Amino acid sequence: MPAVVAEGLVKSFGNTKALCGVDFDVERGQILGVLGPNGAGKTTAVRILTTLLRPDAGRAEIDGIDVLEQPQRARARIGLTGQYAAVDEGLSGHENLEHVARLYHMGVSVARERATELLERFDLVDAGKRVVKGYSGGMRRRLDIAMSLIARPSVLFLDEPTTGLDPRSRQSVWELIDELVRGGTTTLLTTQYLDEADRLADDIVVIDRGRAIARGTSEELKQQIGGELIEVEVQDPGDAQRVIEVLGHHACGDPHVGDDTRTVSLPVFRVEGLVPVAVRELDAAGIAVHDVAARRATLDDVFFALTGHAAEEDSTDDQADRPDGSGDGADDGRQAGAPGDSPAAPDGDRIMQETESS
Amino acid sequence: MTTVEEVLLTPAAEHDVPTGRTWLLHDSWTEALRHLRAMRRSPELLIYATVQPIMFVVLFVYVFGGAITAPGYTDYKQYLLPGIFAQTVLFNSSFTAVGLADDLTKGIIDRLRSLPMYQEAVLVGRTFSDVVRNLLTFTVMLGVAFAVGFRIEGTMAQAVSATVLLFAFSYAFSWIQALVGLSVGSVEAANSASFIWMFPLTFVSSAFVPVETMPGWLQPIAEHNPFTIVTNATRALYNGRDPGSDLWLAWAWAIGIALVFGVLATRKFASTTGK
Repeated sequence: MPAVVAEGLVKSFGNTKALCGVDFDVERGQILGVLGPNGAGKTTAVRILTTLLRPDAGRAEIDGIDVLEQPQRARARIGLTGQYAAVDEGLSGHENLEHVARLYHMGVSVARERATELLERFDLVDAGKRVVKGYSGGMRRRLDIAMSLIARPSVLFLDEPTTGLDPRSRQSVWELIDELVRGGTTTLLTTQYLDEADRLADDIVVIDRGRAIARGTSEELKQQIGGELIEVEVQDPGDAQRVIEVLGHHACGDPHVGDDTRTVSLPVFRVEGLVPVAVRELDAAGIAVHDVAARRATLDDVFFALTGHAAEEDSTDDQADRPDGSGDGADDGRQAGAPGDSPAAPDGDRIMQETESS
Repeated sequence: MTTVEEVLLTPAAEHDVPTGRTWLLHDSWTEALRHLRAMRRSPELLIYATVQPIMFVVLFVYVFGGAITAPGYTDYKQYLLPGIFAQTVLFNSSFTAVGLADDLTKGIIDRLRSLPMYQEAVLVGRTFSDVVRNLLTFTVMLGVAFAVGFRIEGTMAQAVSATVLLFAFSYAFSWIQALVGLSVGSVEAANSASFIWMFPLTFVSSAFVPVETMPGWLQPIAEHNPFTIVTNATRALYNGRDPGSDLWLAWAWAIGIALVFGVLATRKFASTTGK
C-alpha cells in the first residue's frame, strides 16, 4: 500500500482550474518530487493531501486513511512544512516546538523532551531560548521543519522548502531531507527547482497547469528526451533556424532556441563523436558559430520538452512565446490529458507522458 | 546520542493520537498560552493599546468637557467615561482580526489546521487571549479615569455587572473580528478593515454626547445602535442608577452577535488557507 495516494484530484478557485485531475502516489519510505512552475497546482495538491482544502472531485489517502473522511486520523500521521516558515515570532524556538507537540496532545514532559532533542538535532540549542524574531531565514526554516517532525510523522510534506534560502541553508535543508528519508519517512517534496528534484527525489512527477504531464526517475525523464544534447551558439541570431535545418537529422526530439536567440539545443540519443560532425556540417553550410558543445540533459531540458516553456517562468502568460515546434508531443499531451488519464502505471513503463515524443 | 538521533528522524510506530470534543479546552488554552507568552515579550504593544484611550479621556474631559453638558449629570466626566470604557474595550477587539491575519499570512493557520488538534480551538484561544489583553488595558484606563476625577457611584455589584457586560460585548465583537481577520488578505488590510467601521459605530451613539443633541434624522440610528444600549446600561450601573431594560437588551445583543458570528467565523475557518 502506498503511503500517499492522490487520485483524480480536481480543484477550481472561481474560474481558475488549479487542478484538472491529478493522480500520483508515493511508496512508503520514498521521496516524490512534485515539480512544476509557479501556479502549476503543486501547493493546491499538498493542501488537499494535508486536509487544508477539500477537492471538487477525487480522493486522497495517507497510510490508507481517506483524508476527506477521517481528517483527524490523517493529521495525526503527517507533518507539514509550508512555503513560508510557519513559526511564531513572539515565542522562543523551544516554545514553538513545545506548542506544536502539545497540539499533537503530548504530555508536558514529553513535549519538552521532544523539543529539546529536536533543538539539539537541528543545531539550534543556543538559539532555542531566544525569541524567533531574531532568527535568520535559514534558522527559521530549520525550526519550521523541526516543528513538522515533532510527532515523528509517517509522511512529511515539504512545500518548496528551499524557496528564498541562501545556497548554504539550502544545502543544509537538502542534507536533512536525505537523513529523513534514510530514516524511513515518506516525503512529498514540491519544488520549482529542477536541480532540487534531481538531487533529492526518487521519483518525479512533473505538473503543469493542473495536470501531471510526466512521471519517472530523473534519469528516466532525461532519457525520454534523448539524455544528451548538442548545443550550438551562432554568431548571427538569424542563423539559428538554419542550424536546426542543418543538424535536425541528428535530433531525437524538438530542438529549441534559447532566450538569447543565439543558442540552439538539439536533443540527441548519443552525443559521442557528434561534435566534429556538427562542426563540419555547419562549416559546409557556411554558418559562423561561437561554440559547439555536447552536454547531458538536465531537468530543465526535460521540462522544456514536456511543456514547451521553461520551468521558472509564469505558467499563465507564456502562450505567446512558445517556440516554433509547438505542435509537438508535449503540447498535444497537455490538451489530451483528460482527468481520467492515470499516471499510475505498471513498473515496466514508468514514464507517463500521454503522447510519444521520441 | 546516536540512538536518540536515529529515533528522532524516523516515523513513530504508533500515530493515532486522542482527538475529539474533550480537547477543545486543552487546545484553546494551549493556543491562548502561545499568544499570552508573545504578549508578555512585547509590552510595547500593550502600551500603544493604552495610550489611545488615555488620550481620549484627556481630550474629551479637558478640551470638549467644558462645552458639553449632559442632562441628568452635573459632571460630564461621570457621563463620558463609561462611554470611553465601552469604546476602548470594543476597539481592542480589532486585535483579534490583526492577530489572525498575521497567523494566516505567516502560514501558522495552515500548520495548525494540519494538526490533529480541535480545530476551533484556534479561534477560541485567540479570542480568549484578547480578553486578557483587554483586561490589562482596561485596568490602566480605570486608573487614569480615577486620576481625572471619575468616581464609581454604584455598588460593587453594579460596577462588576457593568464591567462584565462590557467584556461580554467586546468578546462578541471579537468573533466579528475573527471573521474579518480570516477574510482579508493581509495584516495591513486587517488593520483598517477591523477598525474603520467602529468609528461611526461608537461615535453615532450616546457615548460622548446625548443623542437628543444630534440632528433629527440621526437620532433613531444612534438610539437603536447596540453600542448606545451597552453604553447606557454601563453608565447607569457605574453611576448607581437603574439601567432598566437596557441591561438585558445589551446582553441580548452580545449573545446574539457572539452566536451569529461565532458560527460564521468557525465556518470560514474550516476552509481558510494562507496565501
